[in-house]
Amino acid sequence: MQHDDTYCPSDLSLTHRMRFLLLFSRQGKLRLQKWFTPMTEREKKKIIRDMTSMVLSRQPRSCNFLHWKDLKIIYKRYASLYFCLAIENQENELLALEVIHRYVELLDKYFGNVCELDIIFNFEKAYFILDEFLMGGEIQETSKQMINRSIEASDMLQETMEEYMSKPAF
Amino acid sequence: MPAVSKGDGMRGLAVFISDIRNCKSKEAEIKRINKELANIRSKFKGDKALDGYSKKKYVCKLLFIFLLGHDIDFGHMEAVNLLSSNKYTEKQIGYLFISVLVNSNSDLIRLINNGIKNDLASRNPTFMNLALHCIANVGSREMAEAFASQIPSILVAGDTMDSVKQSAALCLLRLNRMCPDLVPMGEWTARVVHLLNDQHLGVVTAATSLITNLAQKSPDDFKTAVALSVARLSRIVTSAAIDLQDYTYYFVAAPWLSVKLLRLLQCYPPPEDAALRSRLTECLETILNKAQEPPKSKKVQHSNAKNAILFEAISLIILYDSEPTLLVRACNQLGQFLQHRETNLRYLALESMCTLASSEFSHEAVKTHIDTVINALKTERDVSVRQRAVDLLYAMCDRSNAKQIVAEMLSYLETADYSIREEIVLKVAILAEKYAVDYTWYVDTILNLIRMAGDHVSEEVWYRVIQIVINRDEVQGYAAKTVFEVGRKLIPYQLKACGGYILGEFGNLIAGDSRSSPLVQFNLLHSKFHLCSVPTRALLLSAYIKFINLFPEIKTTIQDVLRSDSQLRNADVELQQRAVEYLRLSSIASTDILATVLEEMPPFPERESSILAKLKKKKGPGGHLPDIDDARRNVNGSTESSENAEASKKGSAHPFTDLLNVSSPPPATNSLLVDVFSDISKPAALEVCEENFSRFVCKNNGVIYEDQLLQIGLKSEYRQNLGRIYVFYGNKTSTQFVCFSSSVTSQDTLTPPQLNVHSKTVDPVIEGGAQVQQIINIECLSDFTDAPVLDISFRYGGTLQNIGVKLPVMLNKFFQPTEMTSQDFFQRWKQLGAPQQEVQKIFKAQHPMDTEVTKAKIIGFGAALLEGVDPNPTNFVGAGVIHTKSTQVGCLLRLEPNPQAEMYRLTLRTSRESVSQRLCDLLSEQF
Repeated sequence: MQHDDTYCPSDLSLTHRMRFLLLFSRQGKLRLQKWFTPMTEREKKKIIRDMTSMVLSRQPRSCNFLHWKDLKIIYKRYASLYFCLAIENQENELLALEVIHRYVELLDKYFGNVCELDIIFNFEKAYFILDEFLMGGEIQETSKQMINRSIEASDMLQETMEEYMSKPAF
Repeated sequence: MPAVSKGDGMRGLAVFISDIRNCKSKEAEIKRINKELANIRSKFKGDKALDGYSKKKYVCKLLFIFLLGHDIDFGHMEAVNLLSSNKYTEKQIGYLFISVLVNSNSDLIRLINNGIKNDLASRNPTFMNLALHCIANVGSREMAEAFASQIPSILVAGDTMDSVKQSAALCLLRLNRMCPDLVPMGEWTARVVHLLNDQHLGVVTAATSLITNLAQKSPDDFKTAVALSVARLSRIVTSAAIDLQDYTYYFVAAPWLSVKLLRLLQCYPPPEDAALRSRLTECLETILNKAQEPPKSKKVQHSNAKNAILFEAISLIILYDSEPTLLVRACNQLGQFLQHRETNLRYLALESMCTLASSEFSHEAVKTHIDTVINALKTERDVSVRQRAVDLLYAMCDRSNAKQIVAEMLSYLETADYSIREEIVLKVAILAEKYAVDYTWYVDTILNLIRMAGDHVSEEVWYRVIQIVINRDEVQGYAAKTVFEVGRKLIPYQLKACGGYILGEFGNLIAGDSRSSPLVQFNLLHSKFHLCSVPTRALLLSAYIKFINLFPEIKTTIQDVLRSDSQLRNADVELQQRAVEYLRLSSIASTDILATVLEEMPPFPERESSILAKLKKKKGPGGHLPDIDDARRNVNGSTESSENAEASKKGSAHPFTDLLNVSSPPPATNSLLVDVFSDISKPAALEVCEENFSRFVCKNNGVIYEDQLLQIGLKSEYRQNLGRIYVFYGNKTSTQFVCFSSSVTSQDTLTPPQLNVHSKTVDPVIEGGAQVQQIINIECLSDFTDAPVLDISFRYGGTLQNIGVKLPVMLNKFFQPTEMTSQDFFQRWKQLGAPQQEVQKIFKAQHPMDTEVTKAKIIGFGAALLEGVDPNPTNFVGAGVIHTKSTQVGCLLRLEPNPQAEMYRLTLRTSRESVSQRLCDLLSEQF
């Protein structure tokens, strides 16, 4: 990957933010991956493997936090999906848990009682919603109203149903 | 296929995703994907120009295929083309593809930059946001170079939309993290700080993140942020929840912003301005108070958001470490959480308390929760919570509770999860060493640890035991006895290796007991030899050759073992070589040479514990291990500072090089002894360290002096009235010592001189972590009392250090043992019966009254231990001659222990009163 030579890690002691967010099913199928720092494909695959095996093997009613290397892993299960967020060591665990929850609320609001299939078939929407909420591993906007408003605004820019149905399937 | 909730999307994509989901096998999926890839490739290569919609659809399919985990090697150009579409939906997919999948093609980055440039200039907020997101997502240096100077002006421009300001702030933050050199400070910085006052809380949140990051880089530029943050925080914590409208999250006012403001304050010391400071204290108190209020909602989101702010406030309180009341309140609050029904809160309370434990104000308060924490260790179902409990016990450990904590950790070890055993082992080993009140407890604990944890004990742990045992003579006999005792059971290899090393060095200390006679010891070591690993067997072979020196009586038995085919023709080169060399050495070397080659190991240089280094490494650079070690002094009185971690890594990597390299000591030099007193003008008026002096009465090697910077080890040998001391100066820091000099002076300049001392000059520079050696030659002219002093001076980091150490040169060092029969002894005893020839002392025992140890000490003192001479078998008698240049003084001694009263009576008879007195003084302090 190109980033290896351009990546200049910051040694500031208090840099705190999210590193990545993964959504995967109970069977370990990855449904969404968002990386907030550049990483090679190999590193990503390794992390995905580690996260799914670590999180899926947790006993029910365990706490939602794990230490992994120099990161904290915050995870929570919603229906059939696990949301797994990696934050830097100084970051606030409880608030990270609410970052996950707010994202679920946003998806819920958009899809109307979101399910795994919505995210599979509309993965690009799931990404767009996330981009309204987080940026570069930081919170961009926490207000549900604000985010919904801008997502609705961009939906207005999409095709109408009529246009959609007239498009060829292949 | 589910109904899409909004009237958009791509039908072809949905059909494709359906197909993939219907694939029954991996092979079928790959087949379907390859078909699709071929289709897309032909469309992209086709003569017919694709419309924007088709391009978007195919790019999106490629993205989907990539996210399934397949490689994508084309389509990038089409994605870049989408950036220049004026249709939002096409542009959006183009940007998504790039941020997920951008590759190393730098030409492509230039094209992407071009698209971004156009969108930033478009003044369309939606397009600008897409472009800013792309910069933040990709974050490559080339992009930073292109846009870093432009973004600050977007951020502070008066007419920029709020949502763009938010994106611009976070985009700039991202660039500052990746390439801080490219983000210029300028007049915009002052205006960024004022975003903290913005009406729009979303803008304030994003700006706070940015300012926190910039303030770490140049704190002075953002100092005004402190007052603004306190003001903003104060308004939030005192606001009614509804005031903040949609920024209220489950009845908690702006939790994200509150936490970010508290985080920003953590970049600065407590405010100096009294009014500001008291306003901040009020905020923190309000947050602590709110924790006690009944919850406004039963939802977990409410309590999470509320407690998130609370934990962040506690972090700030701990960081300031200046308000004892707040610290104690924080500690009490965490104490409540320790018993909370929410596992998450128990976990976080344990974690937070770790840092609280290192504050002097709250350390005692944390300690009051010890029982709860121990209980957590025993009852928590979740291993990660138990791990935090272990961390906290480690952090709260001090001398007062070390025995309890170490015992609890040891018993937890038996049932602990495999994943954390190794770490617990390291922690127990460190605590046992750091807070050892007596070394018998230390040895018991560590050997127990090795026995229980077996495979989870890393080499560092038992290397460290050996270092400590070698360096502390008072524990050597006990260690030998203990490894011998536990060695009789089936034991893990670490204990076998450790036992082999210790018995090889100190087996003689327990050989007096027939149950652990030399042969019994040897048979024990050799019993499971063939089952041991190669490194352990190599170590045992070294122990055997050491036995040949210690116990000449079993030399032939050992030689037979070395000579056997399984040794001499061992397939392993190292083992074979050792067997051959040791066998040869034992056959041709004289007893004297053997004794020199195989003498007791010199003390190891005291560096940072290799275990501690390992634990730190395990935790990683960002590890959460509270660094109690820098703050508190360990049992040796030395502070283990992190600056010598480097040195220790080097040093501890091969702690056995000394053993494996059984070479003889440096060759003797025939330098002339020069009267030291003639060229010393005046001894420096300096406090002289005598701390370890008396420990050298009965031994010749060890550490005589140690502080944070320097460690001084000694190795000495005496023959007749001559002595030679090898002094080892170890630099414990990572910085070099310069202008290093050391010379020997006498404490009082009496004439005529009683000692002739000549010291060689040493190299004036000692590199960080290095050790240099100095040789001192001594000639005893007549009997003496005062020991010479080693004056050391050097520069460390600009300051001159002066150290005076009393060299352990005592009269008894010039003893030659004399064997004699019972009859001879009592005949001479009577001859020396004049009152001025006898000195007697009755004193209380200061150490356990152990026969073997006492014998070892008398031998170490230099006299011959005469067995079967005294009619009372519990008494000890010894004899020897003190050699000085002018005379030789015959000495007889008798030590009568009284175990009931824990008293001793020591009698010295020599032909000279001063000698009797001095020897009696020296020896009586040893028991």
